[in-house]
Amino acid sequence: MPASQTPPLSVDHVVKTYRSRGRDRVTAVDDVSFTIAPGAAVGLVGASGSGKSTLARLITGSERPTRGSIGFGDVRVERLRAGRLRRFHSQVQIVFQDPYGALNPLHTVAYTVMRPSQNFLGMSAADATRRMHELLETVGLTPAAQYAAKLPHQLSGGQRQRVVIARALACEPQLIVADEPVSMLDVSLRAGVLKLLARLREERGLSLLYITHDLLSARVVTDEILVLNQGKVVERGNTKDVLQHPQDTYTVQLLDAVANPYAAAGESTR
Amino acid sequence: MALLDARGVNVGYEPARGQRIWSVRDVDVTLEQGEFVGLVGESGCGKTTLGFALTRMLRPPARLEGGEIRFDGVDISGLDGEQLRAQRRNGFALVLQSGMNALNPVRTVERHFGDIMRAHARPGEDVSRAQIRRRGAELLDSVQLDADVLSRFAHELSGGMRQRVSIALVLSLDPRLIVFDEPTTALDVIVQGAVMQTIKDLQRKKGFTAVLISHDLGVVLDATDRVMVMYAGRIVEDQPSAELLRGPHHPYTEGLLSSYADPRADEVELGGIPGAPPDLSLPQAGCSFAPRCPLVEPICHDADPPLTLLGAGSAACHVRASEVVAHAR
Repeated sequence: MPASQTPPLSVDHVVKTYRSRGRDRVTAVDDVSFTIAPGAAVGLVGASGSGKSTLARLITGSERPTRGSIGFGDVRVERLRAGRLRRFHSQVQIVFQDPYGALNPLHTVAYTVMRPSQNFLGMSAADATRRMHELLETVGLTPAAQYAAKLPHQLSGGQRQRVVIARALACEPQLIVADEPVSMLDVSLRAGVLKLLARLREERGLSLLYITHDLLSARVVTDEILVLNQGKVVERGNTKDVLQHPQDTYTVQLLDAVANPYAAAGESTR
Repeated sequence: MALLDARGVNVGYEPARGQRIWSVRDVDVTLEQGEFVGLVGESGCGKTTLGFALTRMLRPPARLEGGEIRFDGVDISGLDGEQLRAQRRNGFALVLQSGMNALNPVRTVERHFGDIMRAHARPGEDVSRAQIRRRGAELLDSVQLDADVLSRFAHELSGGMRQRVSIALVLSLDPRLIVFDEPTTALDVIVQGAVMQTIKDLQRKKGFTAVLISHDLGVVLDATDRVMVMYAGRIVEDQPSAELLRGPHHPYTEGLLSSYADPRADEVELGGIPGAPPDLSLPQAGCSFAPRCPLVEPICHDADPPLTLLGAGSAACHVRASEVVAHAR
C-alpha cells in the first residue's frame, strides 16, 4: 500500500489516569501530543513505568484516554465502538514484546497467519493460503512451505517474532505499533527483526510506532523519538540529534544504561 | 592453585520421553582466585546449565555425566547430601535470574537471613536474633539497602531491591565463588545498571571469585576480566575482556560483537548472526557453528575444532587456527 493512502496519526493532549482502590490517582500518561506522518517511524522511549505501553493501548483503542483525543486520519480513535473499532483494528496492528506468549501454542503457523486475512479481508481459504505463503516469504521465513505446518514450540524466538509480524501484516494495516518487539530476543537475532521492520516500512509505506527502552534499536528503526518519563514527554526530536546531544538528564541516564562495549573501551565510534 | 578447576564436564538432559540433549559438552573451566569471568552465549547454548553444574545445583532431568570439578583442590563432582551442604558455607553459591522471586512472600527479610544462617551455622556459632539482625543489617548495607529492609516482606520491595536482598542472602555464607546467572536481565534498564555496579563493587571489595552468566556481551565486557563464549554446549572462545573487544578470534564472537554499536555514533549499522543454533539432541558432526559461519571451509563440516591458543587466550576455529599457522611460516 503506497504511503499516500496511510493517514497520519495525531495524538493530541492525551491524559490517562488510573485510580486504584483506596489510593491516589496515578497519571500514567500526562498531556502527551505528537503526530506520525504517513510512512514515518516514531520511537517512544523510556524505562518501566514511563507510560509508553499505556500510550500504545490508547492508540490501538484498547483503552480510552481520560482527556485528549487520538486521530487516525478522519477517525477519532477514542470514540470508536464495536464494529468500527473492529474495522480500525484491521488498520492498526500491534507486535508485542513476548513472541512466546503472543502465539497460540495449539495453532500452526499457517492458521495463525491466515486468520486475519479471512476475518478482516473476507478472503477465501485458497486466497488466504496464497497470501500466507507470500507473507511468510516477506518476513524471511523461507521456504514458506517448510514453516506453514509448524507449531510455535518448533520455532526459535526470532522465528516466532517473524510469525507475529506476518500475522500483523495479514490484514494490510497502515500503522504498526511495535511494543519492545526485540527485547526478549537474543542480541544476535535482534538485527534481523529490526531490519525486517525497516524494510516493511519502506516497501509498504507503513507508519511505525516503535516502543522501547533500548536506544540502540530506536536509533536503527526510527526517524524521530520522544523520551517519556513518568508519563511526560521530556525530550523529542530527530533520533540522531537527540541521542548525540541529549538535553534532559533522564535521556542521559537511559543512554548510560545501554550496554555498550565500545563506549566502555573509549572508542565511541567504530 | 586455581580456586576451581573443572575438566571434561558433560551435562545431559534426559527427558521422560524423547532424545537425550547434551547441553554441555566436554567443557574445561579454570577460575583463578579473585577472578571475574563472564560466560556469554545465546539462549540454549548451555551457559546456565554449566553455571549450575559448577555450583552443583543441577536437578533432574539434568545430570552431570562424567568430568571432574575441583574446588579448592577437592573434587565436588561426586559429593552428595551433607558433604555437599557443608561445602556451601564459605564455598560456592549461585545468584539466580529470578532470585527476586525466590523470597518467601509470607516471611520477612530478617527471617530469610535467620533461616540461611541457622541452617549453615558452625558448631557453637552465635545465631541469636540479635546477631542475625546485626549481620543482616551489615549485609544489606553492603548491597546498598537500609537496615529497615529487614522487617519488610518481598511485596514491599521493588524488583531491584529484591534482587539486592537475594545477593545479600548469598553473601551471608561468605562464598569464595559466586555464579551470577543473568542477575539483572529481569530488571528495568536503569535499575540494571545500578545493580551491576553493586555487584562489581562487591567483587572488588570482598575479593570473591565471580562468574557472570549473560546473553548480553555488552554487560559482560563492562564488568569482567575475562570472557568465555559458549556455543552449542562448548566453549568456543576464551579471552581477556579487553583483548576480546579489540579483536575476537572466533567468527561467532565477531557476530555477537557486531550486534552492538554506539547509539550516538554518526552511522549505526547492526550486524547479527543469521540462522539458529543447532538441535543438541542430534549428534554434532564437525564445528557446530559451521552452518551459520561466514568463514566456513570444507574441514569445518568434518572435524570439531579443539580450543587452541589464539591471541591472548584461546578459540576453537579451524579457519582462524590455520591462518595463524600460515602467518607463522
